[in-house]
Amino acid sequence: MAEKRPTPRVGLFVTCLVDLYRPTVGFAAVKLLEDAGCTVEVPSAQTCCGQPAFNAGDRKTAQDLARNTIAAFEGFDYVVVPSGSCGGQIKKHYPELLADDPAWAARAHHLSARTFELVSFLADVLGVSDTGARYDGTITYHDSCSGLRELGIKEQPRRLLGSVEGVTLNELPGAEVCCGFGGTFCVKYPDISNRMVEAKTADIKATGADTLLAGDMGCLLNMAGKLKREGSAIRVRHVAEVLAGVTDTPPIGETFGGEKA
Amino acid sequence: MQPTTHAFPENARKALSDERLQKVLAIAPAGFVNRRKQAADRLPEFEALRDQGRDLKNHVLANLDTYLEAFEAKVTEQGGHVHWCRTDQEARDAILGICRKVGAKTVTKGKSMISEEIGINDYLEANGLTPIETDLGEYIIQLRHEPPSHIIAPAFHLSKKDVEGTFRQAHTDLPPDRVLDDPKVLIAEARQVLRRKFQQADVGITGANLMVAETGSTVIVTNEGNGDLTQILPRVHVVIASIEKIVPTLEDAALVLRLLARSATGQEASAYTTFSTGPRRPGDLDGPEEFHVVLLDNGRSALLGTEFQEVLRCIRCGACMNHCPVYGSVGGHAYGWVYPGPIGSVVQPALLGVKEAGHLPNASTFCGRCEAVCPMRIPLPKMMRHWREKEFEQGLQPANMRKGLALWGWFARRPALYHAATRMAIRALGALGRGKGRFAKLPLAQGWTRYRDMPAPEGKTFQQMWAEKKGKR
Repeated sequence: MAEKRPTPRVGLFVTCLVDLYRPTVGFAAVKLLEDAGCTVEVPSAQTCCGQPAFNAGDRKTAQDLARNTIAAFEGFDYVVVPSGSCGGQIKKHYPELLADDPAWAARAHHLSARTFELVSFLADVLGVSDTGARYDGTITYHDSCSGLRELGIKEQPRRLLGSVEGVTLNELPGAEVCCGFGGTFCVKYPDISNRMVEAKTADIKATGADTLLAGDMGCLLNMAGKLKREGSAIRVRHVAEVLAGVTDTPPIGETFGGEKA
Repeated sequence: MQPTTHAFPENARKALSDERLQKVLAIAPAGFVNRRKQAADRLPEFEALRDQGRDLKNHVLANLDTYLEAFEAKVTEQGGHVHWCRTDQEARDAILGICRKVGAKTVTKGKSMISEEIGINDYLEANGLTPIETDLGEYIIQLRHEPPSHIIAPAFHLSKKDVEGTFRQAHTDLPPDRVLDDPKVLIAEARQVLRRKFQQADVGITGANLMVAETGSTVIVTNEGNGDLTQILPRVHVVIASIEKIVPTLEDAALVLRLLARSATGQEASAYTTFSTGPRRPGDLDGPEEFHVVLLDNGRSALLGTEFQEVLRCIRCGACMNHCPVYGSVGGHAYGWVYPGPIGSVVQPALLGVKEAGHLPNASTFCGRCEAVCPMRIPLPKMMRHWREKEFEQGLQPANMRKGLALWGWFARRPALYHAATRMAIRALGALGRGKGRFAKLPLAQGWTRYRDMPAPEGKTFQQMWAEKKGKR
């Protein structure tokens, strides 16, 4: 740490679900990045990474949206995504998606190399070991599939959560097994998806944790929705909220004291 | 076997409400998962072997014709016969022809997925022969007239109690008051019944886990020894194998075998690994008088040079289904034909057509666990996505999903409009959900809210809040 590095200029790729459902996660991400010495910008030309189209077999739309994202994020030192799923789409799938497009293939690779999922960016690239946050609770952590298997995110969130004062981590058995969300899968095959998420919530409840964290909004909406349907009091949050100490909004699927309505 | 793959959602629902099956599924896959992990962890070079396996099979697929012809030459040189079959019908006819020529009545069979693929049992039966499965799992499901539910554990879906019931019904010449509550006793009974069949058989049919080009050998791995009795005792041994099972040398075979047993059952090697090289030679103490290899294509060569070529690296270990949360929820029969699980979701559309099997590549969350454990590093999720692309091109997906995605795609290509539209939609939805923070019912999201609540959005989009904040700064 001899030399002072120049301030990295980070473009935040918000993701659809954070943008629409849970802006809190976006602000938590901005805080974590700024606290770690980055300047953060949010290009307004970004929309969706295109994964729903890609996974529906609509390559053309997926390619159009990939080009849109690439153009929107040109010029940043890094692009950071509070999701392993959308992060994986940009990092792993954009180069493959545009491999045959001579005008865009190199740009796709360039973006891929600069793109990171939020928690692994903090831990691996910026070398953050303590976010200085406090959270009083016993948490359990679910490894979202894309982050885990496409981007190798496993111990980074655990390492950073270990620095949060007041936290006890109870490991989730089967943490690496899919929660059953799977994008449109959960509405195309609701019965199978339900079987998967009820197995997951049973495991979550068995840990005795009062808080469930994960790094992807899709999985979180699915697990929170099931826990709430089952009447569980377990609080569900994106890992960035706890790491940033931004817990002034209600947990996912809840209101503060507004349960009567 | 008539496929019911098109009815996957109904099959799945039936499986999910089958309590007996769900009890089995709650326990059985975990055993496979743990044993595979322990076996892989014990072998430091396991990951390097997977790379080698992938490279070996890629090389084979690029030179498939060469190795198959070399194999044929070796088999012929040793007095065996190779039958090239383009279709399942040609393979059935080739096998029936061999059986007829020697006047066979009873045919014993080792476990073979290809024999399931071509439906040889029904065909032989319809032509007056008696095929008898000799692998314990296959024997049980043959008695029950069921297809296998797992490629290495055909009776995966059954409990000990189920097997007891099946044996009591089938083995009527044994005392009805016998005690059958221990797996060991069940195995002993099957062994006793099958021993007689082995001796009666005129023809023995086995599959092949591998074929070796340099020696003209076929290889089977089993844990029961039934394959050996099937191929050594009868006068005629017929091997039925698909073309992609070929490897160049014995050393290559050793590589595949090291990966296969560990990935399948977590064993370092299966109890029996048997190489068959031609018929009995003068001076041999035993072995068949005739040795036939029925080589099946059945659509596989059409995958060469396409985005699906890599699926031909498969060595049929079953690790993908053991680790698949969808297979673990519904079991193998829901997939409606011979090959279940992730490998089935890629292979079945190729063999049955995407119209019949289109559900399978869609019924995946792309969690990636199958690819993470595949010994041949087949990118299974990617290949399922390629099938979805075929379905999209052919307009086979449900209209509402297609229209919904198209509308969303139209907005997502227009950032300013997208942000304005989402802002309004989220404000409305946020206001509706403010009371409880979630919805128990939402008109357009019944697939979701049938089983879970839908958390409510906060009410403003991040983009909107970010712009407001920037304005203030």
